[in-house]
Amino acid sequence: MTTDTQPLSITATTTVEVPIEEAFRFFTEQIGDWWNADHHIIEAPLSHMVFEPFVGGHVYDVGTDGSECRWSRVLAYEPPRRVVFSWDINAHWEIETDQALCSEVEVTFAADGPGATTVVLVHRHLERHGGEIASQIEGMRTGWQEGLLDLYAVEVRKASTS
Amino acid sequence: MTNQLAIAHAFTALADPTRREIFERIAERPQAVGELAGELPVSRPAVSQHLRVLSEAGLVTARPDGTRRIYELDPQGLAGLRDYLDGFWQRSLNAFTRAAERHHSSRQEQR
Repeated sequence: MTTDTQPLSITATTTVEVPIEEAFRFFTEQIGDWWNADHHIIEAPLSHMVFEPFVGGHVYDVGTDGSECRWSRVLAYEPPRRVVFSWDINAHWEIETDQALCSEVEVTFAADGPGATTVVLVHRHLERHGGEIASQIEGMRTGWQEGLLDLYAVEVRKASTS
Repeated sequence: MTNQLAIAHAFTALADPTRREIFERIAERPQAVGELAGELPVSRPAVSQHLRVLSEAGLVTARPDGTRRIYELDPQGLAGLRDYLDGFWQRSLNAFTRAAERHHSSRQEQR
């Protein structure tokens, strides 16, 4: 069934006491230094993460066994102000191979004086993961929380990272 | 049950594809066990078992309707999930903030 599905997104912000260029670089190229260790889709224990710093690059986890799990494509890379990467994880906590069904994360950086940066993260088009679920969620808007799509889009299966 | 534990149970409950299918159908409209079993290639006892897991995870509740029980979404369960997921990105950005500032400080000290 198809209905007019409203776009769904999550927004989060922070201000970091770091100059903008460094904030951008740390967010992207050093993603493994801050990403939640409980949220990795790769089956093997995690060795490190890679954020390829160019459009067409990937964000991926590398296992201690050399395996790789590419869970994102870099869609925009404009240091130090903007980066956009896809969220290629489907409702079954597996890699989503159909790009039309993937959401995306846009992160913008704005200097807040010379020594601080405001970071705004928007995870948008969550409805693309849902399809059928998205239209069901729309039908539930008045009575229920629409968190199901958020669940599918954001949560990844727990994996051992020790 | 703490909120974190409840959410972990909810995620586990939804990891099973058949259970997810049942949950999605209940999301569309409240249904009884018999209706769900009729729509899915799963036996009635299996549907009951899945519903038990979803109930224990706080995702669905049942209300009596004559001799049947009608299953529907539990708004409390979803509220917890949504709050958790809204928090995921905020927690991630908070972790980024702490790590970036620590990294920045250690670089400053090296000068």
